[in-house]
Amino acid sequence: MNTLRLALAMLRRDWRAGEWRVLLIALLLAVGSISTVGLFADRVRLALQQESHALLGADLRVSSAHPLAQAYRDEARQRGLRVLGTAVFPSMVTRLANNLPSVMQPVEVQALEDGYPLRGKIMIVDATDVNGSGHQALAVPARGTLWVDARMLRRMALQIGDEVNIGAAHLRVAAQVVRDVDQAVGFASIAPRVQINLGDLPATKLVQEGSRINYRLLVAGEADDVAGYRSWLQSKIKLGEKLEDVRDARPEVRLALERAEHFLGLAALMSFVLAGVALALAARHFISRHLDSCAVMRCLGASQAQVLRIFLYQFLLLGITAVVLGSVLGYTAQSVLVESIAAMREAGLPAPGWQPLAQAAASGMALLLGFTFLPLWQLKRVSPLRVIRRELGVPSANTGMMYGVGAAVLCALFLWQAGSLKLGLTVLAGLTAGLLVFGLIAWLALRGLAALPLGKRHVFANLARHGRSNAVQIVALSLGGMALLLLTLVRAELMQNWQERLPPDAPNHFMVNIQPDQRAAVRTFFAQHKLAAPELFPMVRGRLIAINQRSVSADDYAEPNAKSMIEREFNLSWSEVLPEGNQLVQGKWWSSVEPAALSVEEGIAKTLGIHMGDTLTYDVAGNQFSAQVVNLRKLRWDSMRVNFFVITTPGLLADYPASYLSSFYLPPGRAQAGDALLKAFPNLLVIDTEAIIAQVRHIMDQIAQTLSAIFLFTLLSGLAVLYAALLATQDERIYQSAILRTLGADSRYLRRLHLGEFAVIGALSGLFAAAGAALLGWVLARNVLEIPYAPSPVFWLVGLAGGMLTVMLAGWLATRRASRMSPMQVLAA
Amino acid sequence: MASIVQAVNLVKQVQSGGQPLVILQDVSFAVEAGESIAILGASGSGKSTLLGLLAGLDVPSSGTVFLDGVDLFAYDEDERARLRGRLAGFVFQSFQLLPALSALENVMLPLELQGKPDARAQALDALQRVGLTQRSHHVPKHLSGGEQQRVALARAFVTQPKILFADEPTGNLDAATGEQVIELMLELNRAQGTTLILVTHDEALARRCGRQLRLSAGRVLP
Repeated sequence: MNTLRLALAMLRRDWRAGEWRVLLIALLLAVGSISTVGLFADRVRLALQQESHALLGADLRVSSAHPLAQAYRDEARQRGLRVLGTAVFPSMVTRLANNLPSVMQPVEVQALEDGYPLRGKIMIVDATDVNGSGHQALAVPARGTLWVDARMLRRMALQIGDEVNIGAAHLRVAAQVVRDVDQAVGFASIAPRVQINLGDLPATKLVQEGSRINYRLLVAGEADDVAGYRSWLQSKIKLGEKLEDVRDARPEVRLALERAEHFLGLAALMSFVLAGVALALAARHFISRHLDSCAVMRCLGASQAQVLRIFLYQFLLLGITAVVLGSVLGYTAQSVLVESIAAMREAGLPAPGWQPLAQAAASGMALLLGFTFLPLWQLKRVSPLRVIRRELGVPSANTGMMYGVGAAVLCALFLWQAGSLKLGLTVLAGLTAGLLVFGLIAWLALRGLAALPLGKRHVFANLARHGRSNAVQIVALSLGGMALLLLTLVRAELMQNWQERLPPDAPNHFMVNIQPDQRAAVRTFFAQHKLAAPELFPMVRGRLIAINQRSVSADDYAEPNAKSMIEREFNLSWSEVLPEGNQLVQGKWWSSVEPAALSVEEGIAKTLGIHMGDTLTYDVAGNQFSAQVVNLRKLRWDSMRVNFFVITTPGLLADYPASYLSSFYLPPGRAQAGDALLKAFPNLLVIDTEAIIAQVRHIMDQIAQTLSAIFLFTLLSGLAVLYAALLATQDERIYQSAILRTLGADSRYLRRLHLGEFAVIGALSGLFAAAGAALLGWVLARNVLEIPYAPSPVFWLVGLAGGMLTVMLAGWLATRRASRMSPMQVLAA
Repeated sequence: MASIVQAVNLVKQVQSGGQPLVILQDVSFAVEAGESIAILGASGSGKSTLLGLLAGLDVPSSGTVFLDGVDLFAYDEDERARLRGRLAGFVFQSFQLLPALSALENVMLPLELQGKPDARAQALDALQRVGLTQRSHHVPKHLSGGEQQRVALARAFVTQPKILFADEPTGNLDAATGEQVIELMLELNRAQGTTLILVTHDEALARRCGRQLRLSAGRVLP
């Protein structure tokens, strides 16, 4: 107890003397930035999730051709979830007009319960809209009314207020839907869509035996509750009932989400690294300043354990203070951040959870102890003899072990924070290699420069004399710079490369059910309307029934995804060449002579346990065929092109009934051409995917904005490293300046000496930072994002000039005092 | 009277540039309780090393030291530290006050390390005896060299040590201030009956001690 009191008293006294400031600032910034990143990322993640859930109109959706059990609804309510039902079915809308012939239009009818949608919003234009720009719908269509989309208005020449019939129900058009949730890309959404109130469903008299109604139960609520409900439901679900959330439903959205999480994780990891470096430097500084105090205490009778405890209590108390203040800082910073970015404010981000704060607190303490415990251990071993022999420094410690512990803590934090082993290890490996290589090169460079017959010999000689500590400083600065460059320039370039993968003329329509004899006519139609010629893919629907002659059923698989793949029919296609956007990962593409072979997408192969050389048997309309898997392909699902899981050699499917499908780009304002296409080929199903693309792009934009904001905090952490690095050698510089001034150096000479040193340190750091960031960016691009990347030349220039100027400015600010202090002040102290 | 400090065949040897360098060679002597002894010698004669060994701050290559009858080097470092806390007080050339602590807090430190309950009162008392009551809340930076050394004296005597080790206590002070500090130290020494072991190269100062021990090239001169 007495030791604790003593520790507190010493902490208070040391605090007064400013000894703790650097450590506290470093840790405060670390916890602050980690919690800011964490809280912010959490909110954005929740928002992104909700945004993508808006694509379903809910967090979870159960659908079936039969009305769903009341028990599903009751259980959801009991768990505090919001729940509602909808019914979706194809039907015909008939326009009623006194003097005109009646017009009919096939539509998809959505009957909505009050409260729809649970996620996202529907934008409508109704009679109350003066300028026709649309507003958010606050309720579902009132009884006796319906909402229609732009295609309906155009095709049926309707106006708001007109009256139509659906089945036996007589309804008035109350609004036009401008933006809808739940825009399916699947082949179900073939017709324009209308929305009615679920209460009007009986009046249509369309609910009868054999009607193709799809009943849906939508659920939304807190993520944990939804997850709990989901696992409950999975045990209850019956055959023919389908359970999906956004990740099941939309591969392209899942990809966008996962990449967003990767990037945010990366930003948080950088804060860790920077904090670790700042703490290590600050701890070194702290310890060198407390050697005397330790020796005196040992001399006055303190045991090693007592000395260790005194400092450990202080460090723990410092840690707790930094964690509390850092959390407050982080919480405040992220709210300010969200409020100051218009897009974020308007997005109405959900409140963050408490986990990011707990995680930041735990990480902060782990960092503090990981990077300071061994130096403290060293401090307790200071020889008491130091009181009479000042030249005795820190007892030699196992530095390898010291850095090892720090690296281990970082490693653990990485894996914890990143969640992705691959990302964590990529960054960590880059870091460790960078540290070692940079350190060695820096040391060699300093020695080499000193040996060269250059003009500023005294500068280089001075740098080389403190080669090791300067090399450490250069490495620390490079790390800070590397993080900054990685998150600014590399990030911007990566983001651009990534976004360019979805070019503005990405296909926005799918065209299905083209008959073999219509192919030429369809191509001619596109040429006549000056649209790019579509690539037509043959398609045959078949079910996988056996792998290597062993029949397969849904029961063979545990994963629900795999089960549903076995249960439903695959779209099979054939091709002579490897389709665009596909990439072989195993095996070779076939030559034209091969009679029967299959090419399988690697993801589905993994899910279903299909390997190279396996023989797959498919059932197509009652007939069967078998063929061997000769290659595996990788697909880009976010390309918006027609993609197939399984492709066969040409000829294998020749005897089966095939239809063709394609994707094409219809520029805005050319909607008429789409309508003309449908008129010319009434059997075609044309699906508008523009909305989906817009939504994916919107998510990408949000990610880009978020990253720019989070970068601000990493920048602060980088500056903390810079500060700690300069401070670590400041005492020595001040002392050296005093001696040089005593020997007759004027302040101009000292300024030039210092600026020269800082310029060399900054230039080397900047170059290393650029090299490291470019390398790490390349590794990330290749291994995680799977896109090509090469840094632009301006990147190196920014690194070099930026490093030089920043270090010179910061160094000048830090040592300005040194050239002004009188030598007596310094040497007498 | 029993010897309070006894050095037995002390040898200190270090490696310097790969060569063994002998700093102390076979040093033996005894100091009686209450005695004051000056260890004299030129720079590099090994006198500071000897003081470090006598106080158990350093470990000899061979030989040992008995402090109040206890074989110092049969103890481990922590046990020696406790023994120092109980028996010894220190005054150094460079004062060695903790810069972050006030004068009073510096004087309280050894008492606090020993877990003494009335550290504050005793420390104030000690400061009063060195005439620094008015300056008790100043940090070392704001004290003159003489004042700092007086604080160091208060810290050394506050635990009522049996032995006071002093390493060039006036080395950083001007002549007049040094004289005041020495007067004070000798007076406290007499008042508390402390054994004084003083390292110096100052002959005049050495003569004020009861006995002088001269070191040259690591050996005690006869």
